[in-house]
Amino acid sequence: MLDYLLTDDQKMIRDLCRQITDEKIRPVSAKYDETQEFPWDVVKVMAESDICGLYIDQQYGGMGGGIMELVIATEEFSKGCGGIALAFAATALGTLPIMLFGNEDQKKKYLPDIASGKKIAAFGITEPAAGSDASAMQTTAVLKGDHYVLNGMKHFITNGGDAETYVVIAMTDKTKGARGASAFILEKGMKGFEFGKKEDKLGIRASSTRELIFTDCKVPKENLLAKEGMGFIVTMKTFDKSRPGIGAQAVGIAQGSLDAAIEYSRQRHQFGKSISSFQGIQFMLADMATQIESARALVYGVARMIDSGAKDYSKYSAMCKLCASEMAMKVTTDAVQIFGGYGYIKEYPVEKYMRDAKITQIYEGTSQIQKNVIGLALIKEALKK
Amino acid sequence: MKIVVCMKQVPDTTQVKIDPQTNTLVREGVQSIINPFDVYAIEEGVRLRERFGGTVTVVTMGPPQAENALREAITVGADEAVLVSDRAFAGSDTLATGYILAMAIKKIGDVDIIICGKQASDGDTAQVGPGIATQLDLPQVTYVNKIEDIKDGHAVMHRMTEEGYEIVQTSMPCLITVVKEINEPRLPSLKGKMKAKSAPIKAMKAIDMDVDESRLGLTGSPTWVSKIFTPPSRPKGEIFEGEADACADKLVSTLKDHLKG
Repeated sequence: MLDYLLTDDQKMIRDLCRQITDEKIRPVSAKYDETQEFPWDVVKVMAESDICGLYIDQQYGGMGGGIMELVIATEEFSKGCGGIALAFAATALGTLPIMLFGNEDQKKKYLPDIASGKKIAAFGITEPAAGSDASAMQTTAVLKGDHYVLNGMKHFITNGGDAETYVVIAMTDKTKGARGASAFILEKGMKGFEFGKKEDKLGIRASSTRELIFTDCKVPKENLLAKEGMGFIVTMKTFDKSRPGIGAQAVGIAQGSLDAAIEYSRQRHQFGKSISSFQGIQFMLADMATQIESARALVYGVARMIDSGAKDYSKYSAMCKLCASEMAMKVTTDAVQIFGGYGYIKEYPVEKYMRDAKITQIYEGTSQIQKNVIGLALIKEALKK
Repeated sequence: MKIVVCMKQVPDTTQVKIDPQTNTLVREGVQSIINPFDVYAIEEGVRLRERFGGTVTVVTMGPPQAENALREAITVGADEAVLVSDRAFAGSDTLATGYILAMAIKKIGDVDIIICGKQASDGDTAQVGPGIATQLDLPQVTYVNKIEDIKDGHAVMHRMTEEGYEIVQTSMPCLITVVKEINEPRLPSLKGKMKAKSAPIKAMKAIDMDVDESRLGLTGSPTWVSKIFTPPSRPKGEIFEGEADACADKLVSTLKDHLKG
């Protein structure tokens, strides 16, 4: 890996997360991929190692790191399993809105349990008819006295059902379109808040994906995040900060598959030689490694820009997610190619990397949506000139 | 409860090479690790603190670089670390080592329980733990795989034997040696790692302890090594070469001949 001049603490985080991955994630990744159970035993290890609160402020029990620390940990975990990594990374997605927009009481109430790993979190915006077009959302929240009443459903919610803390977007004023959406903090167990079916997925199968169903769900007024009408701003600002995490997941998955491919190419003999001695294989490995390093450099660069306190980074955030996820799909597909027939069967690890990589091009905005974000930003910049 | 864990830094046994000229361990370039059995001792010390409160002090006797092993113990929860190190200790056998560690523990003072791994992976003697207990005139329980309870100045524990286990009650303070069945050691924590970076390591030299100099190092070590040698390796097996089917036939017929033979 290129020397990214990480601080001593960041190197420490990387080494610890690598140890967790090698000792606690790799041995169980095939099992959870098969059973689709939630990897609570690994979450417990992450909690005991102080990893769950890596990016949360110290005053709320976290380690006080930023997006860079989140990225380092997510990448390492994803080298072992892109699904198990989500127990950590998707919790960050559910936690960031509270960190960014929560008031002091909300932060005090919800962040410490997430930082300690006692609870995991989730973020809910997607609905069956509102994917890329989030403004088509149907879920409503109506203020009645001291609480809001939520009705509707969310689907494809990562950590859904296993998380205790949820940030959910619902329409408080449908007539205002995108400006009529608001964000709420929900807790598992609230009356009228239930879970629907668990999805049977292509990849990231160690991660749970469920429907959230609201039937006259009473949410206390103080659980409104920011103000009414801020729902989409909360979402966009959250995604701007969380997308480097998806980039890191993609980089980790790709690196995991490259490591496996290099090892395999040295052991596999054909035509009387190891296949790694063939230029055709060497060229593939060289391309894969170069593409991974380029994406990693972009992801790290954006994470550092965010942590430096920059204001406008949504274009770069979209770029690093786009670049890393497209790269991961290509690299993991090539890893399967290097394994040949063995790459296509589940006895070997690379088909899983390929299945896990696919989601990174889809969630938190598809690659096409990232291009929209980047394209619109370019035009906006040109207009300002 | 004041808990002391004795630990040793050993060469990583998965990488050990023997110098064919001198028949001794090649230590250069070999990574050092905490003796694997001591990792369970440290974990049990930390668990006892979590159950009953108190502090965990890790102690090692060794060269200055053994400090790294002590810092590693802090990453998994040890509170304090003592490095017992002096040129006068060089060449100590198990008797002298047990004596020196006992004197160091005496200096630490008011210890309730001393925990050691059952043996070190380099020497494999399993003598130092019992040696410390003898020097300190403390009861000892070896091969402990479970500490049931500690109260009213007594501890009840399970001691693993080849046939099963014994339940032993002992008065406190005491010394125990633990087997790897006792627990599953945790991974380091980030806070532990940060603490370990700057934690003070207390150095203890011969003059800091109340020791009889004739019992230290080579002078205090009645053991002498007459010869170290690599036992002859087993004769090579027969290797059949050629087509897999033909080799398999040959293998089966050879095995049959052996059985008849």
